[in-house]
Amino acid sequence: MPILRRRRPAHPPPQIDGPSTSSAASDEKEKPSVPMARKPRWNCLDSCCWIIGCVCSLWWILLFLYNAMPASFPQYVTEAITGPLPDPPGVKLRKEGLSALHPVVFVPGIVTGGLELWEGHQCADGLFRKRLWGGTFGEVYKRPLCWVEHMSLDNETGLDPPGVRVRPVTGLVAADYFAPGYFVWAVLIANLARIGYEEKTMYMAAYDWRLSFQNTEVRDQTLSSIKSNIELMVETNGGKKVVVIPHSMGVLYFLHFMKWVEAPAPMGGGGGSDWCQKHIKAVMNIGGPFLGVPKAVTGLFSAEAKDVAVARAIAPGVLDSDFLGLQTLRHVMRMTRTWDSTMSMIPKGGDTIWGGLDWSPEECYSCISKRKRSNDSIVSQDVKVENANHQPNITNYGRIISFGKDVAEVPSAQIEMIDFRDAVKGNNLAHSNGSCGDVWTEYHEVGWGGVQAVSDYKVYTAGSILDLLRFVAPKMMQRGSAHFSYGIADNLDDPKYKHYKYWSNPLETKLPNAPDMEIYSMYGVGILTERAYVYKRSPSSECYIPFQIDTSADGGHEGSCLQGGVYLVNGDETVPVLSAGYMCAKGWRGKTRFNPSGIKTYIREYDHAPPANLLEGRGTQSGAHVDIMGNFALIEDIIRVAAGATGEDLGGDQVHSDILKWSEKINLQL
Amino acid sequence: MLRRRKPEKKPEAETSVPVAVTPTPAAVSVPAAATRPARWSCVDTCCWFIGWICFSWWVLLFLYHAAPASLTQQVTEAISGPMPDPPGALLRKEGVTARHPVVFVPGIVTGGLELWEGRPCAEGLFRKRLWGGTFGEVYKRPSCWLEHMSLDNETGLDPPGIRIRAVSGLVAADYFAAGYFVWAVLIANLAHIGYEEKTMYMASYDWRLSFQNTEVRDQTLSRIKSNIELMVATNGGKKAVVIPHSMGVLYFLHFMKWVEAPAPMGGGGGSDWCARHIKAVMNIGGPLLGVPKAIAGLFSAEAKDVAVAREKAPGVLDSDFFGLQTLPHIMRLSRTWDSTMSMIPKGGDTIWGGLDWSPEEGYDCSDKKKSENVPHTSEEFRVGVDDIHISNVNYGRIISFGKDVAEAPSSNIKRINFRDAVTGNNFAHSNNSCHDVWTEYHEMGREGIQAVADYKSYTTSDVLDLLHFVAPKMMKRGGAHFSYGIADDLDDPKYKHYKYWSNPLETKLPNAPDMEIYALYGVGIPTERAYVYKLAQPAECYIPFQIDITADGGSKNSCLKDGVYNVNGDETVPVLSAGFMSAKAWRGKTRFNPTGIKQYIREYNHAPPANFLEGRGTQSGAHVDIMGNFALIEDILRVAAGATGEELGGDRVYSDIFTWSKKIDLQL
Repeated sequence: MPILRRRRPAHPPPQIDGPSTSSAASDEKEKPSVPMARKPRWNCLDSCCWIIGCVCSLWWILLFLYNAMPASFPQYVTEAITGPLPDPPGVKLRKEGLSALHPVVFVPGIVTGGLELWEGHQCADGLFRKRLWGGTFGEVYKRPLCWVEHMSLDNETGLDPPGVRVRPVTGLVAADYFAPGYFVWAVLIANLARIGYEEKTMYMAAYDWRLSFQNTEVRDQTLSSIKSNIELMVETNGGKKVVVIPHSMGVLYFLHFMKWVEAPAPMGGGGGSDWCQKHIKAVMNIGGPFLGVPKAVTGLFSAEAKDVAVARAIAPGVLDSDFLGLQTLRHVMRMTRTWDSTMSMIPKGGDTIWGGLDWSPEECYSCISKRKRSNDSIVSQDVKVENANHQPNITNYGRIISFGKDVAEVPSAQIEMIDFRDAVKGNNLAHSNGSCGDVWTEYHEVGWGGVQAVSDYKVYTAGSILDLLRFVAPKMMQRGSAHFSYGIADNLDDPKYKHYKYWSNPLETKLPNAPDMEIYSMYGVGILTERAYVYKRSPSSECYIPFQIDTSADGGHEGSCLQGGVYLVNGDETVPVLSAGYMCAKGWRGKTRFNPSGIKTYIREYDHAPPANLLEGRGTQSGAHVDIMGNFALIEDIIRVAAGATGEDLGGDQVHSDILKWSEKINLQL
Repeated sequence: MLRRRKPEKKPEAETSVPVAVTPTPAAVSVPAAATRPARWSCVDTCCWFIGWICFSWWVLLFLYHAAPASLTQQVTEAISGPMPDPPGALLRKEGVTARHPVVFVPGIVTGGLELWEGRPCAEGLFRKRLWGGTFGEVYKRPSCWLEHMSLDNETGLDPPGIRIRAVSGLVAADYFAAGYFVWAVLIANLAHIGYEEKTMYMASYDWRLSFQNTEVRDQTLSRIKSNIELMVATNGGKKAVVIPHSMGVLYFLHFMKWVEAPAPMGGGGGSDWCARHIKAVMNIGGPLLGVPKAIAGLFSAEAKDVAVAREKAPGVLDSDFFGLQTLPHIMRLSRTWDSTMSMIPKGGDTIWGGLDWSPEEGYDCSDKKKSENVPHTSEEFRVGVDDIHISNVNYGRIISFGKDVAEAPSSNIKRINFRDAVTGNNFAHSNNSCHDVWTEYHEMGREGIQAVADYKSYTTSDVLDLLHFVAPKMMKRGGAHFSYGIADDLDDPKYKHYKYWSNPLETKLPNAPDMEIYALYGVGIPTERAYVYKLAQPAECYIPFQIDITADGGSKNSCLKDGVYNVNGDETVPVLSAGFMSAKAWRGKTRFNPTGIKQYIREYNHAPPANFLEGRGTQSGAHVDIMGNFALIEDILRVAAGATGEELGGDRVYSDIFTWSKKIDLQL
């Protein structure tokens, strides 16, 4: 809000020149009669005062008008310009006679949930129970260092540093709006309310998204509280099972929850092996990074990906490196590296899923095809023929990180890879310890030799990236490996898979024994999404991150998938189609070893259509990772399921992308 | 509010600066005077003035935002000396840390309510607070607001098409309005010793509904049960400390019966649920036996019961603002709220006194100033009171028509029974013009009103009949949810019905010998106890009775002020109501407390804030402000960290509650 207020009057002042020039004009007329007493001073000083006065008055008037304006005014304007708006899905479905049936549970993703301060250091005086994350982010500007200090977790334990307690906001307010006016769940909540939902039938499973999933239980007992609340809602709604709606990282969190709740007591929730069957009707995953996102790799490697995209869009100056001197990016890196949860999204399944040096499931994807395509859903068979015809240059998506554009494109035989794993580290940058002490990233311990070794290996696939991260950030990965795992299980009955670190990896766990449950994978398609990167060494300076994305690498022609050093593929701007859709398209479809009880899976894709004009805000047909929460088609699907429909009633799969074709190419034992 | 108001004063101070600057144009305009002096000076000065106000407004606003948060504290400390550490910080140094999870049960009025579904006039208010917060909508669209806040006259639930629900979470009642704390200070202090949201739970409920209806409509009681169970389970089996405030005390009484009652009507927790889950119930300012204010509120919408709201927005609630209909509107609104009926005085004449006696009759209204800040035991004090024995106030006559009636011996009062009076003689034209501010007075007719006035003097039990007479529909609705009597035989199966659960005189405490019950309340403020009424001037749509504010005791020490007889209390709840149960009826093993749950009375003597910088004070005893009383907070923190009532020092009494309790003849 404050942003809005301050910005608006910035334009009007020119118009104010009207009165001020007229006053100047009247001065002009008076000039003859006034003998040149102190003409220049009067003109200059007074006009100045006039302008300031007018600006301030106008400001207040606008503010007053803004507050006095009826709430529906913007809607009138929009309707006057673009014609009547379609009814929101809640209203439409209410007319059809739908009403609230199953209680719903929202599981927010990373970044979107609010965090508030419960105990802090001196510098955070007066911020008790104020939001540090979410809301206006006012404190980021006012006391940036203090903010970074409080948002960071302990480097060793991944829990709070001593003397600081930052806790998730609870209730629907936790993630309805991320910042004022920037909705996340609010549109969905409002539409559900239209058919009769209220707080007793809606529950926001807010958790501290910085922690590893098991640690939310250890520190806050969040998983227990989700379990207890779901049980309560089922009980007070006459035994109607819940519909769970996780978004983004919440999808992984809820996978973890489903394993946790059925596991026996000390490590798990002790709900018994039929808990999910008894309490969950459907899990409707929105934009779920089931198999991780390539963005997470670059985020951890060089703090550069747009993962914190939402935050960055809101406050570009703060996160970009030029604002507070060069250390900002490093501060961000140090902070995000203390957050265990970022490691939950490192690509899983290695080369089997994401492709090796010479192949990848998406290799034939053509980046121009997006514009040619009509909005009808295509059966995958048709596309295969069409695509095979004009076979554009094959992109090596399997090479998630390549040092240099040439390396990314040549056949693998020509790449000379020098193994980095045994390279000597320890050759510390001499003086960095002194001046960079407070922006400690593990790069200072890698040393020149290590940095050179990394770039000499040239190409990294999803499998070797794990080794790379362990090499450049051993402490972080050690912390993470206690909580997350990225492999593929050969034998799911191996007792080691009872450990909680496997629970959020769909390739190392079985789905619960709940044949009546349904799993939906709902995600946007039609937006180019980061999939692989071209890197370069950055020029060395005192405290620096030694690698950066080579933004000069570009495909050259229009249809190229390489843009600004990033190879793009179909997705929702954050999660590639492969990660969001593979499990429901193949890994879990039918009775497989990952889905022993044959839980039904449905894929619902939503083709992205940008908002037609500025007045539509973030659009009602968006497919973007967060904006999809306002997509009317998606909301309608959710409401129908919440009101009792099954996946078959919705029309089964709705596929726009080539996910079925790509899934076929992946050779995974099922 | 704060922002807008502050600059209003300062521009004057600031304009003295502008004046110093304005001479520039003024000086210029003097030579120019020859051409058009008048226009220049008038219009321009005006413009200058407006410009300066707006400008300085911005500057002040900017300074306000740029000022460090601790500035106000520094100013206060510079003026009034260093502030004492808040109890949380103090106890933390002592090594006290979080142990038992705590549950807050807010009272009437203080909890926020938000809109989930409304009529077209409430567009854009989805999930915005209609009650609590800024109350902006009361000003912007008053009739729409009234329509949404009212409940259905017949069912006591939502009218069709409207869903107003309680805000949940700690935000529900931490601040009532911006800057007006309720639970926030306590929460902040608990956080100092390590509490956070997983160990604190705000049991917010829709305070307009009858207690059982909160379960029927929102399953609130089930929610509270489930949350307490969760907190006990996730805190290693540590039992919860429950802190109800005001009407929340009655709500929690209801909860304790509900949770142990078998399933369809109750929560089915089993007869040892409270023993297993509750360590202590620390009632703050609990109107256990009701408050006289509730009667005046229901009878003539005049009491200061909605005191908080009235203080905030005096113009809106008082009758002169929107014409005469405001008060009837309020009456109609509050009469649809079943919960107001939970606070009608309970126990009848046995507790509250009859025509000629009352437990508090020897109370001297002037002794407040004499009394020192040292607690005393009840034995010492009784002697002192008996000596003074000034004018005897007939507190038992809760409503009297005329001051003379209130003071005359009962044999001199001629009472004509109103119960059989005819009520059919409607005001002829009132049905048309007043239909949207319908109160049941329109069905009573002139004769009914006269009959009410002719009965002259009402004791607590008569008052119930009176309310049945003037508002039969409302009382019928309330009769299904609340009861105001004293049980002769608590084992009578009829007492299994939920309508008795919130009346401590008609229920037994749960079977939980390890539990503790505290009565924490403020004393030392004159509190409404009985009223002098008169007939109001007839008008078209009017409430036919009003408090006779001309009735005054005359002397300074008199307990009668502006038509109200005052007694010791916390400004809302008289000592008798807050303390009697813990002082006598529940103390030891009685029929109301069969397992002998330990009782502690902790009174906090009121001391007004020394200066306005202290805000609402740290030693206040007022009904809501006591939530910021450091001594009370310290007691709560110690109990939450594991202390027992004995370790706090047992009873701490300033008032005559033990003397008064002795006078009440109740079979125990």
